[in-house]
Amino acid sequence: MGLVLSEDQQMLKKAAADFVKKLSPVSRVRALRDSDDAVGFSRELWTKMAELGWPAIPIPEEAGGLGMGSLEMACVLEECGRNLVPEPLLSTVLLGAGAVVRGGTEAQKADLLPRVADGSLLMALAYQERNSRYDLACCSARAEKKGSGYVLSGEKALVLDGHVADTIVVVVRSAGAERDRHGLSLFLVERGAAGVEVVRQKTMHLRQAAILRMNGVEVSSDALVGSLGEGLAVLEDVIDRATVGLCAEMIGNMTATFEMTLEYLKTRKQFGVVIGTFQALKHRAAKMFVELELARSSVLGACAALDLGAPGARELISVAKARCSDAGVLIGYEGLQMHGGIGMTDEHDVGFFVKRLRGSEMTFGDGAYHRDRFAALQGF
Amino acid sequence: MSDLQAFREEVRAWLDANCPASMRWGTEIGNGGLGDGLCWGGKKYKPADPDEKVWLERMVARAWTAPTWPKIYGGGGLSKEQAKIIADEMRRLRCKPALVGFGLAMIGPLLLEHGNEEQKLRFLPEIVRGEVRWCQGYSEPGAGSDLAGVQARAVREGDFYVVNGQKVWTSYADKADWMFMLVRSDVEKPKHEGISFMLIDMEQPGVSVRPIRLISGQSPFCETFLEDARVSAEHVIGGVNNGWTMAKALLGHERSMISEAFNESEDKNELVSAARRYVGADSGGRVGDAALRDRIAQLTMDKICLELTLKRTKEAAKLGNQPGPEASIFKYYATELNKDRTALVVGILGPQGLGWEGEGFGDDEFGNTRAWLRARGNSIEGGTSEVQLNIIAKRVLGLPD
Repeated sequence: MGLVLSEDQQMLKKAAADFVKKLSPVSRVRALRDSDDAVGFSRELWTKMAELGWPAIPIPEEAGGLGMGSLEMACVLEECGRNLVPEPLLSTVLLGAGAVVRGGTEAQKADLLPRVADGSLLMALAYQERNSRYDLACCSARAEKKGSGYVLSGEKALVLDGHVADTIVVVVRSAGAERDRHGLSLFLVERGAAGVEVVRQKTMHLRQAAILRMNGVEVSSDALVGSLGEGLAVLEDVIDRATVGLCAEMIGNMTATFEMTLEYLKTRKQFGVVIGTFQALKHRAAKMFVELELARSSVLGACAALDLGAPGARELISVAKARCSDAGVLIGYEGLQMHGGIGMTDEHDVGFFVKRLRGSEMTFGDGAYHRDRFAALQGF
Repeated sequence: MSDLQAFREEVRAWLDANCPASMRWGTEIGNGGLGDGLCWGGKKYKPADPDEKVWLERMVARAWTAPTWPKIYGGGGLSKEQAKIIADEMRRLRCKPALVGFGLAMIGPLLLEHGNEEQKLRFLPEIVRGEVRWCQGYSEPGAGSDLAGVQARAVREGDFYVVNGQKVWTSYADKADWMFMLVRSDVEKPKHEGISFMLIDMEQPGVSVRPIRLISGQSPFCETFLEDARVSAEHVIGGVNNGWTMAKALLGHERSMISEAFNESEDKNELVSAARRYVGADSGGRVGDAALRDRIAQLTMDKICLELTLKRTKEAAKLGNQPGPEASIFKYYATELNKDRTALVVGILGPQGLGWEGEGFGDDEFGNTRAWLRARGNSIEGGTSEVQLNIIAKRVLGLPD
């Protein structure tokens, strides 16, 4: 199993690191937030990322992509995570385009994926509702048959980058009751279509999201992604792959938090000495490091298993997400505590990372959710 | 066929013909590599099974007990690749190691690296043949985590050193023939610079040994008392007052041995098996107690993360990378995890985990309870968890003293 990056992967990661360092300091995210920017990221920078091939990484070669694995995607996402890069890799590439890659028809792939790969099309995946928590099957938005097409109605919540996505993959129920595992269907919906209402949501963790309301949105049968009523399997696969990407981003968040905390321990003086000389803090810093390294291994393990199509891949994805969730929160909280009062101020970056890590913990299932899933997959 | 392939075929055929059936692992799982039920050799060695002796003699005849050591010192003179083939084939045929112990694993490698020619010729061949069993005399009542505080005093008298003091936690000292130890050879120098690494013959009037009973019951640990014990001046390794350097070289080795020992992969999850037996399942087949189930999942995942990290380090080493900082976490994490896992097993047993001996409990239940108590020491021996965290903080994170 490849748990060590190849030379090509190291080069990709280094290039991403240089790009992020130069063009996307945390101060950029702060400025976007403070100015209440309507997009929340930079379309110009997104174009530059597309020129580097980032959105093309997981798109198959026959659809205009690079056809690379989750490990290559992780290399880029980790570096983005270090500076909270806000461009829509997760929403457009892993979630929206991911659904098309996993479940779309040849026509849908040919139409949408090349435009995602070149950066010209933004996508999103509307899969959550207000009371679904982490249950992917929980869905009350509906699709009713009408003629040869369908009419969609209902509300989806926390659609990542849904406020700017051109094409949104919407999870709706074509049959069954709210939490049935059967009866889910995925449809492509244009943000500008009649009956679509998008309302921006402001989140704690500095991600851009929106409510998507569908008031009798008419779509043709060509808009169906995957089989009618059997959407859950596609959705689970897409979320699994996006989860690995999110974990990689969390490793970047954790690394940045840990490094700024370590730097603070080496420079902040109290009682006439740097506080990093205190054993009470040294041991906690060492434990943060241990957690970070174990989390890093778990993500590499999940990537390797996914890219090899190994039978235990889903278990390893749960191992990675549980680990990153718990380690992320620990490192965030410890980083905050060790910074003392300055860490509590909005002016300091550590708070941004604490919020993002907590938000990511609560995206795609937290530690307890994934331990439950892991146990079920392992048959206990 | 390549030379290595031919070698593999030869090894396989030889092992299959020469390893007695009773010297193959059965369905039982190794006990975490800690070595009970294996052959440790030595003058006091009494084979538990006649086959054990046969197996040892056959392996010794080929010098495959120390395949990579040079022939001149009694070793097999084989390359690393060849030694790996022997290990692979032994694993494949489930052969037990013919010989284990501190001679092969610790003092031998140290002598190869730091011993002089006479010392190597004197001690290595009898280690390879399993004729002498070694123990380690490091800790003292006043020198635990602060190992450099050793007080056992060595004073030069002619061709000998006369040693007085006490060693503690000397594993298997009651069964060992020789001991490698740290002693204070110069009281004037700063504490790290007045220590020597010496080899002492245990069979002399000045050395006495008393076994230590632990909270888990019997243990391999002993106290070793040195009263005017004599050490030949030729048996100082690495030079007088250079013992701390030798100790550090060996300690790293001991720590990796301990963390590896806790990481022997098992085929099945013993936490789940215990839960199946003692807790039962709900209607969906899940472990009946949701809190226990969450805890089992957590510790199972923790183990996977540790294994992945070990694998990552090994892969990096194979590619010729320097060991990364992740290597320093193993002793700390593996032992903490083993404490948690053994404690959870007893928690799953519930009241059936309360037995000590006699009626009403099974041997496996006694074993689990004692394993839990014994495991509390894992994060103390070989450098406490606190010492490991200090090392990470200082060497890896660069935090100042």
